Amino acid sequence: MEVDGGDGAPKRRVHGLLQLYYGISVEGKAEQSESADPCDINGPHFDPELFLNKMRKECSLTELMDQESCMVKQIRSLDSDMQTLVYENYNKFISATDTIRKMKNDFKKMEDEMDCLSANMAAITEFSAKISSTLQDQHTQITKLSGVHSLVRKLQFLFEFPAWLRKCVECGEFGRAVSAQRRARCVLNHYNNITSFRGIQDECNTIMMELTLHLRDRFSDNNASAKELSECVELLLQLDEPADELCDKFLNHAHSKLEADLQGLEAELSDSIQKQTPVSPVSPSESNPFLSPANRMDILEFIDRGCNEFVSNLCLVIASYQELFINRPQGGAHALQHLPQMASQKLQQFVDTLAGRYFTLVERRIQEEKGVGDNSLLVRALDRFHRRLQAVSKLLPGSEVTSRGTDIVINAARERIKQYLCALQSFYLDSLTDVRQALAAPRITVGGASGALGAGSSAAKDSQPTLPELLTSLSNSILNQIKSVLMSVHLFTAKDITFSNKPYFKGEFCSQGVREGLIVSFIKFICQSSRQFCESAGDRSSSTPPTLLLLLSRLCLDYDTSTISYILTLTDEQFLTPLHSPITTVTTLCAEAREAAQKLLNHYVKVQGLIISQMLRKSVETRDWVNTIEPRNVRAVMKRVVEDTTAIDVQVGLLYEEGVRKAHSSDSSKRTFSVYSSSRQQLRYAPSYTPSAPMDTNLLSNIHKLFSERIDIFSPVEFNKVSVLTGIVKISLKSLVECVRVRSFGRFGLQQVQVDCHYLQLYLWRFVSDENLVHFLLDEIVSSTAHRCIDPVPMEQSVIELICERG
Amino acid sequence: MEDDAPVIYGLEFQCRALTAQTAETDAIRFLVGTQSFKFDNQIHIIDFDDENNIINKNVLLHHAGEIWHIGASPADKGVLTTCYNKISDSRVLTCAAVWRMPPEWESGSHDSPDDSAHSPQALQLLCHLDNTAHGNVACVLWEPMGDGKRVISLAESHIVLWDLQESSTKATISSSATLEGKGQLKFTSGKWSPHHNSTQLATANDTAIRGWDLRSMSQIYCIENAHGQLVRDLDFNPNKQYYLASCGDDCKVKFWDVRHINEPVKTLEEHSHWVWSVRYNHSHDQLLLTASSDSRVILSNMVSISSEPFGHLVDDDDLSDSEENHHEEKSKEPLQDSIIATYEEHEDSVYAAEWSSADPWLFASLSYDGRLVINRVPRALKYRILL
Repeated sequence: MEVDGGDGAPKRRVHGLLQLYYGISVEGKAEQSESADPCDINGPHFDPELFLNKMRKECSLTELMDQESCMVKQIRSLDSDMQTLVYENYNKFISATDTIRKMKNDFKKMEDEMDCLSANMAAITEFSAKISSTLQDQHTQITKLSGVHSLVRKLQFLFEFPAWLRKCVECGEFGRAVSAQRRARCVLNHYNNITSFRGIQDECNTIMMELTLHLRDRFSDNNASAKELSECVELLLQLDEPADELCDKFLNHAHSKLEADLQGLEAELSDSIQKQTPVSPVSPSESNPFLSPANRMDILEFIDRGCNEFVSNLCLVIASYQELFINRPQGGAHALQHLPQMASQKLQQFVDTLAGRYFTLVERRIQEEKGVGDNSLLVRALDRFHRRLQAVSKLLPGSEVTSRGTDIVINAARERIKQYLCALQSFYLDSLTDVRQALAAPRITVGGASGALGAGSSAAKDSQPTLPELLTSLSNSILNQIKSVLMSVHLFTAKDITFSNKPYFKGEFCSQGVREGLIVSFIKFICQSSRQFCESAGDRSSSTPPTLLLLLSRLCLDYDTSTISYILTLTDEQFLTPLHSPITTVTTLCAEAREAAQKLLNHYVKVQGLIISQMLRKSVETRDWVNTIEPRNVRAVMKRVVEDTTAIDVQVGLLYEEGVRKAHSSDSSKRTFSVYSSSRQQLRYAPSYTPSAPMDTNLLSNIHKLFSERIDIFSPVEFNKVSVLTGIVKISLKSLVECVRVRSFGRFGLQQVQVDCHYLQLYLWRFVSDENLVHFLLDEIVSSTAHRCIDPVPMEQSVIELICERG
Repeated sequence: MEDDAPVIYGLEFQCRALTAQTAETDAIRFLVGTQSFKFDNQIHIIDFDDENNIINKNVLLHHAGEIWHIGASPADKGVLTTCYNKISDSRVLTCAAVWRMPPEWESGSHDSPDDSAHSPQALQLLCHLDNTAHGNVACVLWEPMGDGKRVISLAESHIVLWDLQESSTKATISSSATLEGKGQLKFTSGKWSPHHNSTQLATANDTAIRGWDLRSMSQIYCIENAHGQLVRDLDFNPNKQYYLASCGDDCKVKFWDVRHINEPVKTLEEHSHWVWSVRYNHSHDQLLLTASSDSRVILSNMVSISSEPFGHLVDDDDLSDSEENHHEEKSKEPLQDSIIATYEEHEDSVYAAEWSSADPWLFASLSYDGRLVINRVPRALKYRILL
């Protein structure tokens, strides 16, 4: 029992020892704590001696006895454990030996079976080798046969190929035929040294030739549509036809079609001319340019037709051409590598030529557009023309078509401005003719009315358009015409017109074209034509009525003061001119107008003066002054002079302001003037009539001249009535002086002149700015007459006055 | 370059007639006839000393009457014609006569220049151009560059060609022509053409200019309405045979090519009153002198219709040094038809202006108040024409 009792601990110990043996340290911790102590009986470092010594020293005998019994117990349990283990091991060894013996027997059996198997395998190998060697020949033969078979099939296809091709061609499936031919071609080319193959090739070629011919036929067929054409071209290109030739042909073909369009246009053009010519005698060409002839296709229609037919066809041609020749997918035959470049060159040329012709036609048509009535039509036509050309230029970016088209538009615009200028000019001249006619009619009335010395002016006003009315109507109609022309021209720069944003229309057209070319030129023309009146008038029996000169002078003056600046402001507002461009300034034009006005007025004075002069000259020349009778009356011609002067005064007064007189004249009544002048006259002439030494007479008159201020007879005319009248009176009286000087007078001749001069003095002073002038000239007349008088006996002043008052 | 001031000479009487002494080519000499109704008329022989700017005068008496027109013989310095008024029976008749200056007028005046009491010598009458059949004589024309044997007188509507024989003491009518037409036609002036071997004559009556062939005494052309009013004077371009200038009461000066008489070649309208006289310069026919009753004398440069068109002379020397001359040429270019100068020394109407026959750059003008003014072409223009 003791053994069993102490069994648990030794067993654990044995187990631990085994574990130690197998190197597994499960209880490493306990081992370590035990190992250090050599007195630990279970530790590896147990020193029996040390343990015994310790025991003996420390323990009492009982304890030793107890220890000893405990030890004995433990040894016993260890021994029994040992016996059990050995027994177990022995059993196991026995069974293992049995198993090995059994295995030895089994292997022996297996070895025998393996030997048998390898012998069988060798036999099989031998058989198989034998079979394959017998089948070898047959196998090669089969391979050969199958190769021949496929070749034969290919050959069959080739032999049937021409027929198939033909069939394709006949059926019209050109595309398939061509692609098949392309595939067959290289094979045929390869074997073409074999006769039969060559035959096939030839046949194919003939078919293809036929096809080509057929295609070409179709290609050159005029009625073919663009799509068919492009198909043809595509096929022909695949057939390696020379591309440039095709291009040419294609273009030729297109050319003929476009040519037809152009001819249609041209026919239209010549047609309209023909239509126009037989009509022209009926409605003469100088008929109002503001009315355009109605019986012909108008320009918009014409351009429309051109656009719809020619331009759109051209676009189509360009588009299909580009598709065919230029925008081809790359990687075609080698020959096609340079195609696009060449083709586009050709196209360029083609388009340029045709467009050139088209442009010529359009230009011709535009040139025919002479009527300036409805400008919007032309502008719209030009706009359409320009717009449609954009399409061409989009298709063909490098072409000159647009720029040339723009040029045409610009030229047309320029031409238009010129036409408008011409129209304005002719309008101006026409209105002048009208004025002239209007003036010719009332002349009689004015002449008759002026007989009542100014009273008739109102009568004239009632019956006929007066000068101011004529002036305003003339100036208004010109202004209106200018305005309407400006409106018409303004269409060129309207926002919805495509070409209005071209630099030309933004800049030069406004400044150089409209402002300078049209308005300024027209104003200049007015001035110039006015000046021409001065130069030509009076040449042959005085072609220009003096009244017209007066009227024009006032017109030019009005232009100077207001109209020009108004017109130019109007123009500048409508046409925003760039600042930098050189333009004629308002002041220059005004100066020109003023100059013209001055010239006209001068000329008016001269003409009127000369008319009166002529009258006076004739009257002096045709009379025998030596043998004339004693004066009883004022000569009729003097009355006439006064009447005419009054008429002129009225006429000028209608258009020009009164003007300034020397202060004293306006207040001086007729009587005081008369007395004053007569006394003065007496003073001056009395000595010269008395016979004295020859030197004295001259000396005296010279002294007189010395002291009387020199009066400039021919001073420039100012823009007022008095100045104009002064000029006329001066010229007339000066003429009278000259006439008197070439005649010789008798006593009564002198007296008649005295009477005449006194009469003139009575009436003429009121017209002039400085009455001294009249005095001076009349004095000169009388003194000149006295000089040339055989028997100078002057008439009594009172008698003179009496005669004058009576007549 | 300042121009010399004009030289003014005053006559005591009113004057109308002025001529250069045609036969004298050394001295600058003008003849002026006075026009005094009541006193003895005179012919003043005006010598101009160009170097000293001094005038020497000699006076010869012309007893016959007031002188309306004077003409100097182209061959004999001493011979001249005058047209003068004669009053008989309260009728005024204009006659013409050929005169000779007394041979000693020159020496006589030199002997006693300051002797105011010295009575001037009288002209010696050579012969009358008897006009009783024809009426008033407007002017007498010497054959230009002739031998002083032929004159033409224009009397009313008659052209009378005279032969002067026996050293001009006898005048016989060799031929005559009469202007026929409506109304009272009267020649106002005329000019004997120096071209065509002196066989042509141009006359003015009223507004028409007529050309005459002296061989047949028939009219060869007629410019109707040449001027708007009376034609006062004519002159032939000395270098261009078909060109003639005219002036008149319409204040214009017109230039005509008598082959194309429909339109004048050119018209000038610079005067403000009647133009009484027009004269081409004898050597440089672009220079033209006009006198008018607006008291002005105008010297014009009519380059465009002259016989020496501008630039012709310049071209020849210009070939060598181009640049400088080119510039020069440019500056000269604007020399167009233009007025060179307006002379305003006169205070009364100027009825006559004449170029000197000796100095082509000098001219005289005469106004009614007896003032004779001698002027020169501006130097600048003179050099421009010459160089």
